[in-house]
Amino acid sequence: MKYMLSFTVNGAPADVAVGPTETLLDVLRDRLGFTGAKRGCETGDCGACTVLVDGRSVRSCITLALTVQGKAVTTVEGLARDGKPHPLQQAFHDHGASQCGFCTPGMIVSLAELLEKNPEPCRDDARAAIAGNLCRCTGYVKIIDAAMAAARSPHKKGGPA
Amino acid sequence: MKKRGIGIAAGMYGTAVMGGGDKSMAVIELRPDGGADLLLGSVDLGQGSTTVLAQMAAHELGIPYDCISVHAMDTAVGPFCAGTWGSRLTYVAGNAVVAAAREARQCLLEAAAPLLKASAVELDISEGKIVSRGNPEASMPVAEAVFKSPLIAGRGSYAPPMRLPDFTTGKGNCFHALAWGAAIAEVEVDTETGEVDLLRLACAYDAGRAINPMLVEGQIQGGAVMAQGQAMLEQLYPCYPTVDSQPQTFHDYIIPTAMDIPGIECRIHECPSPEGPYGAKGIGEITAVVPHPAIAEAICNAIGVRIDEIPITPEKILRALQR
Amino acid sequence: MSPELIGARMKRYGGLDHAAGRTQFVDDLRAPGMLAAKVLRSPVAKGDLLHIDTSAARGLPGVAAVITAADVPHNIYGPGRLADQPVLAQAIRFRGEPLAAVAAIDEDTAREALELIRIDIREQPAVFDPLEAMADGAPKVRPEGNLFLFGPHPFMYAGEKPCREICSGSLEQGFASADRIIEGEYRQASVEHAALEPQCCLAVPAPDGSLTVHTMSQHPWLHRMELCAVLQMAPHRVRSVSTAVGGGFGGKSDMHADPVAALLALKTGRPVKWRWTRQEELLYSTHRGAWRIRFRDAVTNDGRILARDVRSIRDGGAYACYNYGCIESHCSTVAGPYAIANVRIQGYLVYTNKPPAMTMRGFGVNEAAYACESQMNRIAAELGMDPLELRLINAYRNGDIMPNGHRLESVALVEVLQETARAAGIELPAHLQAMSSQARTGDL
Repeated sequence: MKYMLSFTVNGAPADVAVGPTETLLDVLRDRLGFTGAKRGCETGDCGACTVLVDGRSVRSCITLALTVQGKAVTTVEGLARDGKPHPLQQAFHDHGASQCGFCTPGMIVSLAELLEKNPEPCRDDARAAIAGNLCRCTGYVKIIDAAMAAARSPHKKGGPA
Repeated sequence: MKKRGIGIAAGMYGTAVMGGGDKSMAVIELRPDGGADLLLGSVDLGQGSTTVLAQMAAHELGIPYDCISVHAMDTAVGPFCAGTWGSRLTYVAGNAVVAAAREARQCLLEAAAPLLKASAVELDISEGKIVSRGNPEASMPVAEAVFKSPLIAGRGSYAPPMRLPDFTTGKGNCFHALAWGAAIAEVEVDTETGEVDLLRLACAYDAGRAINPMLVEGQIQGGAVMAQGQAMLEQLYPCYPTVDSQPQTFHDYIIPTAMDIPGIECRIHECPSPEGPYGAKGIGEITAVVPHPAIAEAICNAIGVRIDEIPITPEKILRALQR
Repeated sequence: MSPELIGARMKRYGGLDHAAGRTQFVDDLRAPGMLAAKVLRSPVAKGDLLHIDTSAARGLPGVAAVITAADVPHNIYGPGRLADQPVLAQAIRFRGEPLAAVAAIDEDTAREALELIRIDIREQPAVFDPLEAMADGAPKVRPEGNLFLFGPHPFMYAGEKPCREICSGSLEQGFASADRIIEGEYRQASVEHAALEPQCCLAVPAPDGSLTVHTMSQHPWLHRMELCAVLQMAPHRVRSVSTAVGGGFGGKSDMHADPVAALLALKTGRPVKWRWTRQEELLYSTHRGAWRIRFRDAVTNDGRILARDVRSIRDGGAYACYNYGCIESHCSTVAGPYAIANVRIQGYLVYTNKPPAMTMRGFGVNEAAYACESQMNRIAAELGMDPLELRLINAYRNGDIMPNGHRLESVALVEVLQETARAAGIELPAHLQAMSSQARTGDL
């Protein structure tokens, strides 16, 4: 049995027939080709699959696709504005915050939510924002450096409507 | 009660494969747009080898870093590399890239010499331009020289010298470019719960020559936190009471999160290796070889009891305090 | 030349692609007609697979192929001459060892097919603890016994010696002049590499019978050789691509997903992707082997180490993998970065009924350092000496010779110790601050 799921991804409408057990991550990656969100654990522990649903970060690997009916989903691919990287994306690059890059999309999405809600975060705020995003390469230090640098950027808010 | 303790540890790590002979190769082809294609068989796992090797190629060729395109990690494209392990790429693949770039540079200068009516020895390349040392008027963009010439390319291959141990004694000069490191950890232990707060970690590593200090810092910080997991959290086996209790997800196999990490003070020391490119040594593994004993010792130092097995979990701390 | 590039904080090559989510890892790739693979794993840690019946699984709609050991042209892989691991097992040596594999239109169908495979296993006693495995009469992990037998020369692998042994000087002499003997035994648990990207392989066959393998290998060249041996194909017929790797740390130094995906792709003539779950990673992939390391040191009251006797035991799991290399680098460094005249090091590699142990960031040296540095701290505590000073006075210097015969150059241990102390805000006394790694002039 399939149901029609209608929602938006990065501002563009999407209509997909999905089964009741399909996850948002399955639909984004395997059906719609948004492979920015990564499959790292499928139990909601590692955070590599983090996306925003109506501005709130969720683990798309443990979110049933049909629960986002009518909602706005933003993935890491949707954070750029006018062809320019989101300040967090630029700051990750500038500060060496990614190594293998597998956790990076989830990290950036979690931090984008933080900057929307808290324009002047301290380092501990940034740590708490990524507490559910695992990284095995960087030791997190440069990720937090990048978050602080992005927080100083005038264009830190935004993302597609 | 909260008790503080400090611990220290030191270590060494030999770059590349013991005994030598593990080869890496590189091919560089200059493009008529003035850039260069760097063909490698070497895999970047995230540590940053591609960046470092592109830096070396750009440096030797005298063209901007942004002009290097790396085509790697495909057996149909790049030449052989013995692999990404043993902290070997900066040192072994680095030497191969330097050799390839020098050959390509020589090839380019010889092709440009007649175009500039000069001899190759008096030519130099800087910021994408070929210039004559004697006559500043005689110059030409790299792009133009490449466009007007047959294929400009260079090959590089490097294997650390074979130093097999003596057949009868089993001994020999087997290591290459040994790197050195030390770490000091400070912890606070809650003696009621057994919980440990790793407060800070100071460490210094000998990178020989840090080709890219930002990436070296990344290795130091990442290695420190991986070692923190090893010292305090992570255990696959043994598992008890039965094998079925083995961790199966990231909520029962816990690796450090951003909430767990200490303040990390890292210093890069540079004691050049005579064999490494620009003196570089491998830094990938030693950064995870030193911190865990320092953290373990800091915990023992705080509680005044020795625990001789890692990970030192809250349970082990409470049991040790009851002894 | 542009000298400013060496030592410059250049931004990561491709770093903006990482941040934009554009980097394509293996699981991000899809191919037309792609099938999904799943593997039936052994429920027991030791036994013989007497019979396997895949007919019901093959008959399930959506299943394209089911393979067992009988379908593997050369059912053995691993590093070079030490290759000893079956792709699909009949003699089972660890719980979770692959027995059969299914390719189907999707993962759910493949999983369903696994449940239809009937197996008949004669279970045998297993051994998990390396010390128990070393004892007489222990269940045999492998027919030849539970100890790896070392050759006469460190680079001649198999032989007759029960351990790798490195000796220098005379232990007897060292212990005879000691003020005290300090002993310690150190254990370190198995650790998972835990790279964020799980094992995955996409094998794509071409109409001419050649194969492209999109994988995540730490050394595509060596793995291609191993894979070609399994498939009995010429190397030029197999292309190995490892474009982006989501962390390795040694966990991708061994082939995990490639042989099964490749065999199924060749059998079906369609692209096959096999991706491991995190649960499979934690339960069945390679890992940092566990060690038990015993130190016995002859020490003087002023903090000199006259002799050091080390016995290390590594739990290698069920197969050779690169365990051998770990023993070699471990034994070469376990006495520590300290000048000690009389040394004996013995390293044992023990097989147990666990997934094979592998290198993990440190190749046996990481665990050596844990034991040795803990022992140094025990010595400092027993002597009532500053552990920094104990290290500085014993630290290797230029020209020293290690127990394995290596003559040292470009040594910087004293300097990094001094630098670390500064970074930690510790002020060293003048005599320790004045030290350097310059070659020694007198005795030790």
